[in-house]
Amino acid sequence: MDTKKMAIIATKGTLDWAYPPFILASTAAALGYETQIFFTFYGLQLVRKDTSGLKVSPLGNPGMPMKMPFGPKWFKSINWNMPNAIQSLIPGYENVATALMKQTIANNGVATIPDLRELCQEAEVKFIACQMTVELFGFNHSDFIDGIEYGGAATFFEFAGETDICLFI
Amino acid sequence: MNFDKELDARGLNCPLPILRAKKALADVASGQVLKILSTDPGSVKDFAAFAKQTGNELLSTAEAGGEFTFFMKKK
Repeated sequence: MDTKKMAIIATKGTLDWAYPPFILASTAAALGYETQIFFTFYGLQLVRKDTSGLKVSPLGNPGMPMKMPFGPKWFKSINWNMPNAIQSLIPGYENVATALMKQTIANNGVATIPDLRELCQEAEVKFIACQMTVELFGFNHSDFIDGIEYGGAATFFEFAGETDICLFI
Repeated sequence: MNFDKELDARGLNCPLPILRAKKALADVASGQVLKILSTDPGSVKDFAAFAKQTGNELLSTAEAGGEFTFFMKKK
């Protein structure tokens, strides 16, 4: 049987959007897929050494429930959604939302992004960072974790053209 | 059921039980059995799908008090 292949383009640089590429890539690798992730534009944030810049914003995201990850059950079940216009006026709102999200992630036994990323690398998922956007955003290769390659669209297609699954995230 | 290695994946959520199982299977020989404990309700379908795609045989799935027990035989 030929080895199945999956390619993912990761374009988003927030904590919530960091999950799908790494969850799918690590699982695909566990299932025996040869897997590659191409990180471009804001997706470059996912391969930086320092992931503390990955945040989640309820701003402009009406689908995000805002619930507390601690306290009695009645307290946890309250939905704290408030109008975007008000959210945007509260200093530190994103930092608080990010801290709450990280606590919820820990409470539910969901892996952290650095952990999932490491699991991907252990499973030999290939990481490619888009060289054009690295330059566009003024990054240096030293900003990124070890073990990644740098390339462009043609590099992506070389592998993507042979894949069974190809996703844009 | 007899088993050769046990994996405690209780408290872990998708995709960690699968990833840990993949790792644990690497430590046993072909034909040996891995016992997996999980509390993730999604793992029931996931382990069936994992077995189907990797060729390892899911010998049994059981649930008791919110805990799932799987026995998987390595290909």
